[in-house]
Amino acid sequence: MLLFQPVESDSFQLPPSMADTAPPIDKAYDFIFWFSVVFTVAVTAALLYFVAKYKRKPGVKPEPTGHFMKLELFWTITPTIFIFFLFHAGFTGYIRNATAAEGATEIRVRGKKWSWEFEYPTGDREPGELTLELGRPYKMILSSEDVIHSFFIPEFRMKRDAVPGQYSFIQFTPTKAGDAHVFCAEYCGTSHSGMIATVKILPPAEYKEWEKKLGGCSGTPEECEPAKWGERLFVKNGCTTCHGAGGSGEISGSKTVGPKLAGVFGHEVQTTAGVVQADENYLRESILRPNAKIVAGYATVQMPPFVMKDAQLDAVIAYLKSLK
Amino acid sequence: MAAITTTPGAHHDDADPNASFLEKKGLMSWLVTLDHKRIGIMYLISVTIAFLLGGIFALLVRAELFTRGQTLFDADTYNKMFSLHGVVMVFLFIIPSIPAGLGNIMLPVQLGTKDVAFPRLNLLSLYIYWFGAVFGLYSMINGGVDTGWTFYTPYASSDPAHGGVGSATSVIPMTLAAFIMGFSSILTGVNFIATVHKMRAPGLTWRRLTLFTWALYATSIIQILATPVLAITLLLLTMERFLGLGIFDPRLGGDPVLYQHFFWFYSHPAVYIMIVPGMGVVSDILATFSRREPVGYMAIAASSLGLALLGFLVWGHHLFVAGMSEWATMVFSALTFLVAIPSGVKVFNWVATLYKGSISLQSPMLWALSFVFLFTIGGLTGLFLGMLAVDVHLHDTYFVVAHFHYVMVGGTVMGFVGGLHYWWPKFTGKMYEEGLARIGWFLVFIGFNVTFIAQFIMGSRGMPRRYYDYLPQYEIFHQVSTIGSWILGLGFLVLLVMFIRSLMNGKPAPRNPWGSAALEWLTPTPPPTFNFVKDPVLTRGQYDYQLATDDELYEGFDDPLFPGLRGGKAPAKKAAAEGDHG
Repeated sequence: MLLFQPVESDSFQLPPSMADTAPPIDKAYDFIFWFSVVFTVAVTAALLYFVAKYKRKPGVKPEPTGHFMKLELFWTITPTIFIFFLFHAGFTGYIRNATAAEGATEIRVRGKKWSWEFEYPTGDREPGELTLELGRPYKMILSSEDVIHSFFIPEFRMKRDAVPGQYSFIQFTPTKAGDAHVFCAEYCGTSHSGMIATVKILPPAEYKEWEKKLGGCSGTPEECEPAKWGERLFVKNGCTTCHGAGGSGEISGSKTVGPKLAGVFGHEVQTTAGVVQADENYLRESILRPNAKIVAGYATVQMPPFVMKDAQLDAVIAYLKSLK
Repeated sequence: MAAITTTPGAHHDDADPNASFLEKKGLMSWLVTLDHKRIGIMYLISVTIAFLLGGIFALLVRAELFTRGQTLFDADTYNKMFSLHGVVMVFLFIIPSIPAGLGNIMLPVQLGTKDVAFPRLNLLSLYIYWFGAVFGLYSMINGGVDTGWTFYTPYASSDPAHGGVGSATSVIPMTLAAFIMGFSSILTGVNFIATVHKMRAPGLTWRRLTLFTWALYATSIIQILATPVLAITLLLLTMERFLGLGIFDPRLGGDPVLYQHFFWFYSHPAVYIMIVPGMGVVSDILATFSRREPVGYMAIAASSLGLALLGFLVWGHHLFVAGMSEWATMVFSALTFLVAIPSGVKVFNWVATLYKGSISLQSPMLWALSFVFLFTIGGLTGLFLGMLAVDVHLHDTYFVVAHFHYVMVGGTVMGFVGGLHYWWPKFTGKMYEEGLARIGWFLVFIGFNVTFIAQFIMGSRGMPRRYYDYLPQYEIFHQVSTIGSWILGLGFLVLLVMFIRSLMNGKPAPRNPWGSAALEWLTPTPPPTFNFVKDPVLTRGQYDYQLATDDELYEGFDDPLFPGLRGGKAPAKKAAAEGDHG
């Protein structure tokens, strides 16, 4: 089992290794990398040497090509032996990482355009941020609410598609405290590249502290004023990818796929269901059932529904009200 | 004994049968021609326009990624740019490039025949290609597509206009474009297979075919067998998007992974439609410029057929992280590694061909040698992706992007441009400036490696593909890659200028500028409409450099191995030398 001990392997080619799944993959990667280097150097050296040595000279004839059955067999059979080793190295690492540890903590991961949401065993849902305990085995149960997404943490060397209509699984045990990222690796539309969540790996003591505050607001009382907390939830839920920073309705000068939210409260809004007064209930409905009333001109992209605790909803609505 | 006997050519044309095929002027003489060389040239012009268009999309994609955040345009425009780059390069450029372009021009000449088996079908395939291209252009004018060239479901099949969750762009015309162009590909394949089987010149046995012909033959088999699957898949996609038929969209009771199986059942073999013809070009160039029969002729020919067969068995490696069973994943990984065997055999034989050859580094040879080097890297990085554990990390990252560009550009495009350099004098009758050709090659070679080596590194460091924006740690790699793309673009611009200058005032090309022993170099330059002044009969192989005299090996072949082809008389000395062998 020495093989799969956590090792520090932040090389030029690979990101830092932060889970038990990384070392077997890095080992296979190093093997094929050096195999390829040797092979490429050999082929290129032979190529360049022959080109230099057998450059056309007057009076020098090329050797007529003969039949080299033994040579042909040699370079057919030798690579065949090599690929058995390569297949084996790749397969054992893959199967090892495909097997979840006994009693792994299950976290539900939902991908939607364009954010990640994580549901912990307590039932609490956290968008945009995955908090993990160092050394605890995890099993992620992935699903998608719209199109195909793919859950990818480079530091864990793990990736799995989240396919609508079915569950898929990924498992790992974090081996190093620190921050990493979840990328969406399957193209999913406009803000595919914005579908990034942070991964926080905490030592057990810090993790216990964090768990206590799960679902509520963490921070100083000032930071937990409803509008302030709401602003953080707004960012973490990925609202800015479609509504712009501060609900401005634009990103670097171009119109976002979702309507502008700043200053909407208290005004009349033209929607697919007629003119609506933008009050608290309208905002609440638009978060929980976004397609009930769609702002005119924004019907081409559908917003996925968001599930929040009442306290969180109150905070987000307080934030939206504060936007001018 | 003469090495060749001739029979009178059967021509039923009023015009001089020995006049160059380019002699007739006027637009109509091209649009209704049945001459495979003219059809091939029209294909070449079409695919070159597609290549320039796809290249502009590529440069825009790279320019946008030069800085983080918005550099030139917004995310939706970026998504359309990379999608159009893929669609145009795959369906409009790379698939028809070598087979329908260079293959059309050279295959019947290499077979010593007057035309392909079905000349009217050949012209039809060009019109079908154009008809498909019109659909593609229509889609682009209507805003293009943002689905990637792969049209993955449900993103591509679920239309927001009907309450779906997918792309709102002009998907149907674009899938129809690919659907229609597929028929062009199938017809070319049917035509080539019939031509190779039935139209070979007397004495041109299967063992005397050029390796380019073998490669086109293998490619044609894939085109016929795989393309219908793409047609069915895209039709189902269109029906789901347009009629709401539930096949791939889980909301309608479909299975999105099924689409990926269908799509890659075509599109993986399509990789071999792209690369195998390039391998054929390179085998011919290496033989000509080394003055040597390729080592392992039968092994190279058989490995083309081997790749064509294995290509059908490995589509699942595109789905390693998509949710296949572990069992299926294991089987596809094992099968994928088998592809390394015929690929390796080719590389070893190419390198061995150089050994004790008489090597000249003229521009076509530079492209062929680049092909061997870049394809080796492209192939080996494919092994990274065949290894299951490693693929889980590298899948859908820039590593994959760099890998397939090393195969598609480092392989196919190097083969295509090399072949263009090689056969250009024959079918245009003009030489080009060797100096400019070398500058162009150098810029393309350097630019290509700078662009894509940077992408290998950022990919293995975790940068996902198809990203409009990226985290700060990837910025340096993106910037190097974008600078590389400018060098690459400049290189192709130089080549474009060089070829246009050649057409305008290039020196007349001799009959056999490279001193090759292959059949196509023994007919006048440019060839007459029916390719040969007299129907050739072969009494030797097309790589039989051992039959040449000392002078010929240095100066290049002239008539003597085929006396009478031009009606001239062979010098006594050479005829005698050849008689010893013949």
